[in-house]
Order: sequence, then C-alpha cells, then structure tokens
Amino acid sequence: MSNNQFIEFFDGGQEPTLDSLGGKGSSLVTMTAAGMPVPPGFVVNTQAFRTFMHSGLSDEIAEQLKGLDPEDIAAADAASAAIRDIILSRPVPEELANATEAAYAQLQSRFESEVPLAVRSSATAEDLPDASFAGQQDTYLWLNGYRQVAEHIRACFASLYTTRAIIYRIKNDIPDEGLCMAVVVQKMVNAKTAGVAMTLDPTNGDRSKITVDASWGVGEMVVSGTVTPDNIQLDKVTLAVIHEHIGDKHAEMVPDEATNTLVEREVEEARRTVRCLSDNELAAVAQLAKRAEKHYKAPQDIEWAIDADLPEDKNLLLLQARPETVHSAKAPEAKPTGTGYSSSLGFGSIAASLTKISG
Amino acid sequence: MTMKSFPKPSDLPVPAGAEGWEEIYPYYLVFQDALKEQEDAKFWFCDSSHWPTVFKPFETIGGEFAVKCLGQYNARHLMIPNANGIDFRVHLGYLYMSPIPVPEDQIAARVPEFEARIGAYFSDWENKLAAWHNKVKGTIADMEQLRFDPLPEIVPFEDIENGVGKDGSQILLENYDRLIQLTYQNWQYHFEFLNLGYIAYRDFFNFCKEVFPNIPDQSIATMVQGVDMELFKPDDELKQLALLAVELKLSDLFSNTDDPQSTLAAIAAAPGGERWIAQWEAAHDPWFNFTIGNGFYGHDKYWNEYPEIPLGFIADYIRRVEEGAQILRPTQKLIAEKQRIVEEYADLLDAETAEVFEAKRSLAATAYPYVENHNFYIEHWTMGVFWRKVRELSRMMADAGVFEDPEDLLYLGRNELRDVIFDLVTSFGIGSGEPIAAVALPAKIAKRRQIVTALKTARPAPALNTPPESITEPFTRMLWGITTEQVQSWLGNDEDAQENVLKGMAASPGAVEGVARVIMHADELSQIQPGEILVAPITAPSWGPIFGKIKATVTDIGGMMSHAAIVCREYDLPAVTGTGSASTTIKTGERLRVDGGKGTVEILVDEPVLSGPGAHSHHHG
Repeated sequence: MSNNQFIEFFDGGQEPTLDSLGGKGSSLVTMTAAGMPVPPGFVVNTQAFRTFMHSGLSDEIAEQLKGLDPEDIAAADAASAAIRDIILSRPVPEELANATEAAYAQLQSRFESEVPLAVRSSATAEDLPDASFAGQQDTYLWLNGYRQVAEHIRACFASLYTTRAIIYRIKNDIPDEGLCMAVVVQKMVNAKTAGVAMTLDPTNGDRSKITVDASWGVGEMVVSGTVTPDNIQLDKVTLAVIHEHIGDKHAEMVPDEATNTLVEREVEEARRTVRCLSDNELAAVAQLAKRAEKHYKAPQDIEWAIDADLPEDKNLLLLQARPETVHSAKAPEAKPTGTGYSSSLGFGSIAASLTKISG
Repeated sequence: MTMKSFPKPSDLPVPAGAEGWEEIYPYYLVFQDALKEQEDAKFWFCDSSHWPTVFKPFETIGGEFAVKCLGQYNARHLMIPNANGIDFRVHLGYLYMSPIPVPEDQIAARVPEFEARIGAYFSDWENKLAAWHNKVKGTIADMEQLRFDPLPEIVPFEDIENGVGKDGSQILLENYDRLIQLTYQNWQYHFEFLNLGYIAYRDFFNFCKEVFPNIPDQSIATMVQGVDMELFKPDDELKQLALLAVELKLSDLFSNTDDPQSTLAAIAAAPGGERWIAQWEAAHDPWFNFTIGNGFYGHDKYWNEYPEIPLGFIADYIRRVEEGAQILRPTQKLIAEKQRIVEEYADLLDAETAEVFEAKRSLAATAYPYVENHNFYIEHWTMGVFWRKVRELSRMMADAGVFEDPEDLLYLGRNELRDVIFDLVTSFGIGSGEPIAAVALPAKIAKRRQIVTALKTARPAPALNTPPESITEPFTRMLWGITTEQVQSWLGNDEDAQENVLKGMAASPGAVEGVARVIMHADELSQIQPGEILVAPITAPSWGPIFGKIKATVTDIGGMMSHAAIVCREYDLPAVTGTGSASTTIKTGERLRVDGGKGTVEILVDEPVLSGPGAHSHHHG
C-alpha cells in the first residue's frame, strides 16, 4: 500500500514515529511490521491535521476563543459548538481530501465488497493529564462508505475542542498551537471465529505450552465467559496438539448488517460439536501468540479473530496483546526435582530417572 | 473398574490341523504344564512387530538369539537397576514376551554397578563403537568364508598323499556349527550398544517430561534422532542410481524390471550404460545386503539375490523424477528444523537447567543413532549372509538326497538339523550314500508343513493373562510401545473410544486423508498405489522406496522408536503406530483420516450426510 505525506498504511513499510502517527497509530504499524496482523487500515497523520487546520481554520478558531472566560461555562459551550461546526463544515484542502479518499479506496480494494470501518483518534501525547477527556480516545464504529469515514475523521479533530478541553487549556495556560492529532482508519473485524491465546499453561505456568480458547463469532463471549469455548493446548515449539476439549459454544455474537451492531444468536448443533478452528487456523493462532511473545519479550495473553472478509492466509487478526501477569511474576521455570541433575555426565541421575515410574 | 484379562495360553483354540504343534519347537520355547501356575500368573505380550508370522522351526533362531541377548545386557552386563531380561515363549507359532523385573529390594544394590558400567561405555563411546564396527564386520567376513560344498565322491588323492587323515565331512559339521556361533556372536554384539542407546534416550526423555510437562514424545525423538543415517543408505543408493539413469537417458530400459537379466544386459549395452552398471555394482557391497523383510525369516528376500527388487524401486524413482518430483530426502530442512526445535526448548529453561538439558540431550544424541543404524549391520547384513549360507546348505543337502525340497530344512530346529547333517555324513562315510533322512523325514516334514499352515490361519492374541496395573518397565514401553493405555485399549477399556476410530502412538506428525492399502506381507508391496495410506502389521525400513509414494503409515505394533516411526519422521509423513488391530480392522480401499499428531486413525464412512430443512437422516439397509 502506498504511503504519502498524509497517509501511512499499517503495512506501508515506513518506520513509525509518535509525532506523526500518535501512540495508537504507531503501535499498529509496529505490530504489523513485526508479523502481528492487526485489522488492516491506515493512519491519517498529524501532517494531515496541521494542513487542514492551517487552511484558515486556526484563525477562525482563535477568534472564537479570544477573551474567553474559563469560568463562563455557557460561553465556553457556545465557543465549543461554533468551533466544532467550523471543523466539521469547512472544505478540506483538495490534496488532503484526495489522499484520504484514495487511501479509503485502496483499503476497500482488499475486500470483495465494501466493508464497514472504524475511525479512532490517535493522540501524540496520551500521557498528558488532559488526554483522557480531550476527546483523544474517540472511537467510531461500523462506518459505511467514504463520506461517513471522512466525517468522522473530522469528528476526531473536533473532539479536541470539547468544552472541558477548552477550559482546561485556558486554565493551565496551554497554547492551542501545539495541539495535534492523528486518526486511525481500520477495518471492523468481522469475526467468524475468535478467542484468546496464552503463551503458557495457565494451570502451572509451564512456558513450553500455548493455550487457546476459541469460539464462534466475536471474542467477547469467550472473554466474558458466557460460552464454553473449545480449549486446546499445544506444544510451543512444534505446535503439536497436546490435548483439546471441544466446548459447547451454544451462542455466538456476529455483526448484523441491518443495524451495524453485534447481535447474539444461537449456534446450530452441527457447529457446537466440532472444533471451531481448522488445523491450519489453530497453528496460525499459535504462531501468532509466539510472535507476540517474542516481540514483547514476555509471556503474552492475546485476543485474536479470524475475519470472514479476508483471504484464507491473511484472515487471522491480532486484536490485543498484553503481558501475562499471573505466572510471569513468579520464577520462570519449575526446577526439576530429584538429585544429580546438576552434574553434566550425571550417570547417577540416569539411574534415578530410569527407575522412576514415569512417562 | 473391573480389570479385564487377556486369554490364558490354554484358552486359545488350536487351529484345526495344528494339533501337536508344540512338538515342532524345542521344549524350552513352549509353555510347560509343570509351570502352568507361574506362567499363567505372568503377563505376556505378543511381539508381532518383529515376528508377525508363524515361526517355522528353524526360524526360532532369530527370536531366541535376539531376546536372549537383549536380556543378557540388562541382567548381566549393565545391571539395569530395575529391569532384568525378557522371558519368552512361542505359543501357537507366535512369540510372546514377559519382562522380568528386579525385586524392589535389590534395585538400590545394582545402582553402583550400573553407573560404573554405563560410565565405561558413555565416556569412551567413539572408540568402543569403532571397535564394534570392526567386530561385527569381522564376524560377517568370517561368515562369508563358510562353504557348504558337496561331500566328495572319494577323498582326494592329495589328502591321502599329505596324510590329512580326514574325509572332509568335518568341514561341513564345523562350518554349520561355526555359522550358528558367528550368528550368535553378532546377536550378542547387536545389544552391546542398543540398550545403552535406549538408556540415554530414556534419561533425556524423563528429563524433558519433567521440565516440559506433557511434551510430545515426537519432540523428544526429533531432538536426538540422527538425520543422515546408515539405515537410509541402501535407499539413497537407489535414488542416486535413478538420478544417474535419468541423466544418462537410460530411463526407457527400466520398463520390465521383473526380468533383471535382460534389463541389466540392455543397460550394459547402451551408451553410458557401463558407468551406470559400475555404480550399480559398487552399491552392492554392503548396501544390497538388505531385505524387504526384517531378517528373521527364511523367506525374506535380499536385494543382492533378487535384483528385480532394487531395479523395480529404481524404476519407480525414475518415474517420479521424470514427473518432476524431488526424490532426495530434505536433509538440510530436517537438520535446520531439528536445530530450531532444540534451541527453542533450551531457550525456555533457565541457564542452569539448560546446561543439564544440553548435556543429557547430547549424550542421547550421541548414543541414539546406534539404535537406528545397527539394524543394517545385524538384521540386514548379518542375517542376509546367514540365510544365504543356510540356503547353500539346504541346496547341497537336497542334492545329496536328504530333502525333497531345499525349503524342508526350515521345518527342522537348528539342533535337529545338526543330527540330520550327521546322518548325511554317516551315510557318506560308510559308503551307503543313502541317508536315513530320505525315508525318516518326509512324513515328519509334511506334518510340520501342515501344522505351520494351520497355525498361520489364526492371528496371535495381542497379549496373554492379566496385565499389571501399570506397565513401568522402560524397555517394554520404548521398544514395543506397550503402555498401560495401550493395553487398556486392546482390552476395550478405553473410555474415550469412538466408533471407527483406532488409537495408537502419535509417532510422526501431520494429518491426512486417503485410501487405505493393507499390506500383510512384504511381497504385496508392489500393490501400493501413489497417494495411498499404508496399513500393515509392521513396516521394515527396507521398504524405504515406498515411503516416497505413500501419504501416511498405520501399524499394529511399534512405539515412538519403531522403524515405521523413525522412517516416517524422516520422510515427513504422518504415522500412527501400535494401534493393535489396524491391519485386521481396516480394509483396502476404505478412506482413512490419519492424524499422526494425535495418534488417531479414523475410518471415514462415505455415506452422505443430509442436512438442512426437510432433510432427515436415513440408512439404507
């Protein structure tokens, strides 16, 4: 996918920077580059934001904010509304509008028919105290068509000017000149099958295993424990299945095209009694978990989904990766018990191991 | 749960026509009435992996030498703390085994001896193994020298002149005894390193199971297994010959390999044929001392005596090369994959444990390849020479009027045969020229033929008597794949048992679907069509060339380290071993799903499944 001065695709192959893509955007690019396939998409970068704002908007906005009394909530509300109206209504510079529309078209060209997208703000400074209420974590789901997407990119920009954000900046003497934002545009996951995977055995912390829970539809029901998923344990090195338990999987949550929301429905009998992952899919999930563990250098607990809109070898998506905390905090490996294991030519240990009842 | 039992020996029906079968084997090989109580109290499992078909009396030699010599290394050489040898009997023609445990209170006392003895080998492995090769090859060279020439009409005048004072019959008697002795000698050597290989493997295996609970057995095997093995050399030679034939444009001359003489003559006469024939000849010694059987039967055919066998395999390879197939084993890929697996497991351990892991792994990796490679030297090469010499003897004796048919020899025990040789020598010496055998043996041999034929109509029981609560003897588990779970599954006590699903050892990973081809005997190998799934009581590594054309392998008996398992891992084919009954349950032509990672074989029922609104399932009568 081709990047340009305003757009960076997750798989565009460019080194991400926080300044240009914000936290969320650069993390998605980094993960894609590391072989962790997040739902495909692109980032509208901070250069795009600045180009838009500098096309005359910033003067108009400054006008609205001039002499505003931070204690006068009604005046601040009015200014906020006016500014948001400015951001949502002014023409976008042609170059930027063309770049965004082209990126939208390129993304959609990966699917057989147009798919719904999500638009999320990606802040460049998420650790600032105002980030949490400055609209920098806006997420808009199930957007259909370029027009909706473009509108919501602006909505992300506009969210920098909520009443609370305006008042906060005036009180803390933070100038508007430094305000910046990138926006992530990403495919909505249309999960055929989804679940979680841990890069260890959660029952004993054995790091030579991968444990997968999987069920039909999106992963929410697995995470919340409202279905009994298929539970599979694999050897981490060879990916051989060590044991598996087919869960009942009585219900699934799937996107409803009419309402653009998720709906819960019953799973028919035939799909309940079979494993919801093929051998290849299972191996791919395990590989994905391994890559996440390697990338983050610690045992991981990942959420994944198999997307119905993507081609077979590219349909496994990583939705979230976080460090596993329960066992990782403990000693990394249970030491073998018994004697003689420390001597390198331990014939003593051979006798011990041979006479032990095992395996 | 009530423990089910296998039948007692005396419960098994004697097939019609096999009455009196006990008389054809030596007394010490059959269950004794006087020992019934003790023998019935023991658990015996049938080793149909090495001895899948009924012994003719002479053929018990391989079973007796092999199991006796295995036992001596446990019980007398190495002093394995918890395992003595394996007791064995022939019952209704099949070999049953019962491991002899070491009494609990004697185990500790054996440990220091054991450590000293294995230490002597493990710390001097390369030298001792090099010496082993010399010893074994020396034995074979001595066997090759043995001749079974016809006795002379009269003592040559030369011997009279030189005052030799002997009629030449002593050479026949000596050479017969020598043949038996030398074979026995190599069977003793066979186990000199084998038990050690298993010990080192077992030690690493147990360590892995401790630090990586539930680690698949396959992973452990892969980490110590050799990639470039001598056992694969004969097959590799055929592949090279096939590639050379293609290169020299000789492919068309392989259209009728059933006629080896004409085929070889046509090749020799063709341009470039001389070079091919030279390579073909060079491969014979030693690599064509290779049997499509397993070395334990008189009917086993060896490549160097049946050139149509290797030529047929070569023709098959040529066809595949011309179809664009890659026939050479993916050695580099296998080495890289093995390396990756070792490194990834080691990386999961802390530094100190990783060091122990590597020490144990490298010991096992040093000792284990013997387990794979020895087979060529003993079962193929030594036994190939042995049976060839036996056939020389039997032909000579038939010519001398002792037997009606050279194959009659196999219906005598090896010690009975010695008497018959003396009968021949006597008739020669006294000048009658008519051995008593000519009149005394035919009825006896005919009766024995009838008994063996009758015994062959029944398959062996997988085991006899009541199994122990758990099978803990390390060698039984490893060599024969006899585990507690396996025994329970044979008894039908498997709680998870599903209809149409056979369970066995997950011996080589991968899952495939395909059509079954049941092969009960090596002579049927040519029936296998490309892409079929091989189902057999056992496989022999010498079936090498067919592994390039099948999709998966299923066997009745054998563990993770059985030959089928080793070869399939080498060829990257799924394998399920030790199913107990696959070859009798599955029929040629049935569709199977073989999962070598889970150890399951599913017989797929092709009946269409109707579903959807208005559909109802129904069965056709």
